[in-house]
Amino acid sequence: MTAAKTILEVEGLHKSFGDNTILKGVSLTLKEGEIKVLIGPSGGGKSTLLQCINCLVTPESGTISLHGNTVNLENKKELYQLRQRVGMIFQEFNLFDHLTALENVTIALRKVKNFSKVSAEKRARLELEQVGLGDKTDLYPAQLSGGQKQRVAIARTLAMDPEVLLLDEPTSALDPELVGEVIAVIKALAAKGMTMIMATHQISLISGLAQNVLFMENGVIAEQGSPKELLGAGKQTRTQGFCDRLSDLGEGGS
Amino acid sequence: MELSQFYQDLLPALNKGVIMSIALIIPSALGGVCIGIAAGSLRTYGPKFIRKLCDGYAAVFRGTPLVIQLFVLYYGLPNLGIYFSPYGAAVTGFMLCSGAYQSEYVRGALLSIKRGQYWGAQALGFSSFQTVFWIIIPQAMRRALHGCGNEIIYLIKYSSLAYIVTCMELTGEGNTIATEYFRFTEVFMMVGLYYLVLVSCAMLILKKVEQWLHVPGFGHQES
Amino acid sequence: MYASFAVIIDSFPYLIQGAFITAGIVVCAMLFGLVLGVCIAIGIIYGPRPLRYLLNLYLWIFRGVPVLVLLFLFYFGLLTYLGLNLSAFASVAIVLGLTTAAYQANIFKGAILSLPRGQFLAASSLGMSDIQAIKSILLPQALRMSIPAWSNEYSIILKDSALAFVIGAPEIMARTQFIASRTYQHLPLYITAGIIYFVLTWLGVRLLLQLEKSVRIPGYSDHGTNP
Repeated sequence: MTAAKTILEVEGLHKSFGDNTILKGVSLTLKEGEIKVLIGPSGGGKSTLLQCINCLVTPESGTISLHGNTVNLENKKELYQLRQRVGMIFQEFNLFDHLTALENVTIALRKVKNFSKVSAEKRARLELEQVGLGDKTDLYPAQLSGGQKQRVAIARTLAMDPEVLLLDEPTSALDPELVGEVIAVIKALAAKGMTMIMATHQISLISGLAQNVLFMENGVIAEQGSPKELLGAGKQTRTQGFCDRLSDLGEGGS
Repeated sequence: MELSQFYQDLLPALNKGVIMSIALIIPSALGGVCIGIAAGSLRTYGPKFIRKLCDGYAAVFRGTPLVIQLFVLYYGLPNLGIYFSPYGAAVTGFMLCSGAYQSEYVRGALLSIKRGQYWGAQALGFSSFQTVFWIIIPQAMRRALHGCGNEIIYLIKYSSLAYIVTCMELTGEGNTIATEYFRFTEVFMMVGLYYLVLVSCAMLILKKVEQWLHVPGFGHQES
Repeated sequence: MYASFAVIIDSFPYLIQGAFITAGIVVCAMLFGLVLGVCIAIGIIYGPRPLRYLLNLYLWIFRGVPVLVLLFLFYFGLLTYLGLNLSAFASVAIVLGLTTAAYQANIFKGAILSLPRGQFLAASSLGMSDIQAIKSILLPQALRMSIPAWSNEYSIILKDSALAFVIGAPEIMARTQFIASRTYQHLPLYITAGIIYFVLTWLGVRLLLQLEKSVRIPGYSDHGTNP
């Protein structure tokens, strides 16, 4: 693992909305196959950080580098390139409501990557089968449960062959009984060595998957380290305190 | 069966009138939809000044009676030396008025598309144009369809006002015969029937189009 | 230019009197339409099958035939045919009332059907008769929900009322046309009339908004604004 090369490097990101500064200089590096988990109170900047990395929100300052090449955020071509190589999973799924599950997966393949219809569909079916939805390809988002929607969203992103996956609280909008199916898919991805940054409140994902935990508060990374360092017995870290509160509230379970 | 003189006169007149009505409705509907799409998009995404301007246009044409708009075009503008033919005045008035209402539905449809839909597309590497063309338009179209379609049905009914600016369509032809024979009840029942057929056909077509474009979770759920 | 202003200033009081007549037509039509619309809606939802067909036929006719044609049919046709003598004002109010009833019926139908079924069941379980349940449980809720749609209907009826001039009811439009034909100041006069209609639309919509606020029940969302 020490030999793994750096894929993504983020340096000194700043972002504010009006007077409200959300990110105050956040830096991180992500190595191939690494899984980092972002935790921390809501409003701490986790979502904004992920959105900045994918340039859905343009940061005021700071750089984003993929394989050592700094992305010029002014250049639209480079932006689209970056987004194709960095996949994003949203809390609210953001499936295209007018397209079936299959079309949700094929549309980007066909329009962005110029796949033919046949090869796009072949690939899409494969991805949907991988997330256990091989039989739901012709249903529309309105006909799917939350967990199924999120799995389609994951299939849609994976079909683009991203090198890094950003997950923004992928299970927060789900009913408790549907969380498990999405976690299973994410765990399977981790087992295949997908590089990921994930914001989550799900304790099982934090302790089970993370190689590195970043505790974000007030726009900065307040603490970071392996789960053992931050969450081991008797550690008096803020991360520990935060996770204890999560478990007390019963939000973490499953 | 031999029709009486009255009906021998009435039916051809109404048939002639209905052709004129259709000749009024089709360009007005097409023009109205085009204006509605343009004004609706500008009211949603345009720069502030243009947005205000288009808001003003919609407010004026939605806030005043269509008769007044037609009168301004046909009787008012000659004061400024601008002359319209009856047909020209009617079609222009219908287009502008219908466009104002259509813009409201288009705007509503565009506003109803959640931010997440843009983000979902952007995150997959869609360009802005691709996002608009493949994601926004197909969704907005479905959301606006019912309202815009109903607006065209309204337009069919309001096309009767063309008669007021002396454009001889269905109502006007009917009125001529009615005055001639002094048989208003039969004539206007017949005219009403013609309109019912037109409106019902339009409703049927709208319903077919809605079914054809139907996607679960979209559109409206009234019977 | 000066002549235009003079005409407008001279005729303004005359036009404003017309505005009161317009307002009278609209208020009468709306109230008539409200009562008839509620009856039709209840008839369509709870009535026996033949009545339902009949009422749907009514809706089909009055939503499909232009107001102008209905006005001609009623005023020049039916009234003469039946030998009745009715003022232009009353005729317009009746025709517009019949038209808006068809639309208002649909609004109420939607509102009543959108109420949770539990409301009716709960009322019945307390021993209320069907009529009592409709009157004291369903209608108060459905009417509140209908106010936003009502404001839309108001602005439509107001604008349609301008057609009253074809049968000579002395409202804004008829008066404007009368003065315009004498002074040839068509453009300024019709624009003035347009402004009066615009203000009336705005006033009515404000008034209904106020009504909506004053009868609002805390926590009751009829716009679906709650997330």
